[in-house]
Amino acid sequence: MPKVGLFVPCYIDQLYPQVGIATLRVLRQLGLDVDYPEEQTCCGQPMANSGCAEDARPLAERFLNVFGRYDYVVAPSGSCVSMVRNHYAQWLKGKPGFDRLRVNTFELCEYLVEIAHVASVDGDFPRRVGLLMSCHGLRELRLARSSERMDAPFNKVRQLLAQLRGIELVEVTRPDECCGFGGTFAVNEEAVSCMMGRDRIADFESAKAEVIAGYDMSCLMHLDGLIRRARKPLKVLHVAEILQGAKLA
Amino acid sequence: MTDHAAKAAAFVADEPRTHWHDQALWFVRLKRDRQAASIPEWEALRTAAASIKAHTLSRLADYLEEFERNAQANGIKVHWARDGAEHNEIVYRILSERGATRLVKSKSMLTEECHLNPYLEARGIEVTDSDLGERIVQLRHEPPSHIVLPAIHLKKEDIGDLFHEKLGTEAGASDPKYLTEAARRHLRERFMAAEVGLTGVNFAIAETGGVVVCTNEGNADMGTGLPPVHIACMGVEKIIPRLEDLGVFTRLLARSATGQPVTTYTSHFHGPVRGGEMHVVIVDNGRSAILGNEVFRRSLSCIRCGACMNTCPVFRRSGGYSYGYTVPGPIGSILAPLREPEKYGTLPFASSLCGSCSDVCPVKIDLHHELYEFRQELVRKKVVPWSKRFGMAVLGFILARPWLYRLAGKLARWIVPRLPRSLTYARYNAWGRQRELPAMPRESFRDLIRKESA
Repeated sequence: MPKVGLFVPCYIDQLYPQVGIATLRVLRQLGLDVDYPEEQTCCGQPMANSGCAEDARPLAERFLNVFGRYDYVVAPSGSCVSMVRNHYAQWLKGKPGFDRLRVNTFELCEYLVEIAHVASVDGDFPRRVGLLMSCHGLRELRLARSSERMDAPFNKVRQLLAQLRGIELVEVTRPDECCGFGGTFAVNEEAVSCMMGRDRIADFESAKAEVIAGYDMSCLMHLDGLIRRARKPLKVLHVAEILQGAKLA
Repeated sequence: MTDHAAKAAAFVADEPRTHWHDQALWFVRLKRDRQAASIPEWEALRTAAASIKAHTLSRLADYLEEFERNAQANGIKVHWARDGAEHNEIVYRILSERGATRLVKSKSMLTEECHLNPYLEARGIEVTDSDLGERIVQLRHEPPSHIVLPAIHLKKEDIGDLFHEKLGTEAGASDPKYLTEAARRHLRERFMAAEVGLTGVNFAIAETGGVVVCTNEGNADMGTGLPPVHIACMGVEKIIPRLEDLGVFTRLLARSATGQPVTTYTSHFHGPVRGGEMHVVIVDNGRSAILGNEVFRRSLSCIRCGACMNTCPVFRRSGGYSYGYTVPGPIGSILAPLREPEKYGTLPFASSLCGSCSDVCPVKIDLHHELYEFRQELVRKKVVPWSKRFGMAVLGFILARPWLYRLAGKLARWIVPRLPRSLTYARYNAWGRQRELPAMPRESFRDLIRKESA
């Protein structure tokens, strides 16, 4: 039985605890031995994306110390996992255990499909759902083929959700345009960020989605902020929240 | 310093126009998708193009010298310019030695970069940009807002007004066909009167000593076929080794740029017209310094297709002028601060790092990773304001200490819901101008887990 370390990104821990709980339920439901190491904090992405590499370094080192002992590390976030996989080498290259950590850290959907080999999802979700294919999971982890690329299409997130009974996955006109969150971009370039978000919401609304589902709560937090300000009936949900009631095998 | 965020906010303030700009460029992106999808080996082509460029850049000096030898053998005069000033002097010397005062140009981003037009105009040369979009912005005394679609920021009504004023078309007329016809007549006169024609260069082939120019309007051909003197200006990075490499790039270029299978005209120039002269000016202007930069050298592979601009969700909603540099968009946000980090320090932050540019790029420049890296470069150079660096240092300090992180989180979740809205949504809260803050839960995930296991 592999030992799984659950990585709950800082903003999920503080602002969306139910997403962490849902992730834990999904993983435990598969019969996995899941551990939540309490010394974890943040992957360091806010500092790194702002160019403050030296402020991110201690967090990368801490991450290796906290999670280096697990067979797998799983997180309900594409963006934070991409940080570990694609950017940690800058600080951790050559450190004992890093190579192993790097290739064994997974976003939840990716873990379910690639490592747990979940083939069937048995559950109900009778709603019209629009998928928000957040950029880092899409283009840095390749959770799906991006619309720019011309190789064979696939989508690991859709593949899981599509099996739920009653779910209707709606088609939008721009299937993977950025929602405009972008970390500190959301406040540095507030005007463009909010317009990008409103454009995504309008696209989901035209497709008559009731729920916007995604694997990055940060993007969903941005969209939800715009939705609530405009008092729209749309809801945002993390994929883990949708999958937590289902039986995965 | 160019403040991209402020300029972008001003652009976004006209929401209908911004949506129109976004839609116009998204339409080009979709055309590109359809054309790219029509080629089964698209991804292999991109890989081939990236490899050819990487190889060429690794032996750039050798290929440039090979090009020079072969061009000279073709009867072409080759000039070398260290920077923009030398480039402008060379072009002016060729004109003045021949007593020429009328120059007609086809599109060249290099001459924009070197500010050739104002340099020549100050010396009494009449310069006519002959690409329709470029002519439009030239008549408006503006730079291009996009490298492939120079006047994409303008609507047909804007052009109708401009042509009414400058070319005497009917007031209020905005029919594109009518306006194009008027421009055509106007440009024909300029072509006929020109003494020298100047073109850019899309590809220079070392093996054959010739250059290739891609246009949709045939204006490069008009501008080089009629006057006796042809000057072609190129950056050092335009070189490709062999003729057989060219096909890889022409298949990618027009598809990526405008969603056409190929540009209407792909013209090969391998020597002067009978009885005339041909000059090639090879310009460095900071490029060899970029070549020496291990992190950013791949940006020299750029073939100026503009696909990264069309796909960039920020460019589409902020317009080319918000970047304040000849080449805007993702690639410009690397090239501009490489040249002047202090002046263009906000550009690497004018991106959500969504990565669409990297996936669309026909030569596979890892644009969004270079933007990410550039932010670190700007922090090291202290171009990023002190307040931001300090804020991140504080955040990093808190996050590196679990007890402090938990305490800060607990305090924020307790205080924020108890504060009056006028405080939490005050002006300093950029998040809250158009967005609600997340609802602050009473307990963190860790709190819940602890309770569960107790």
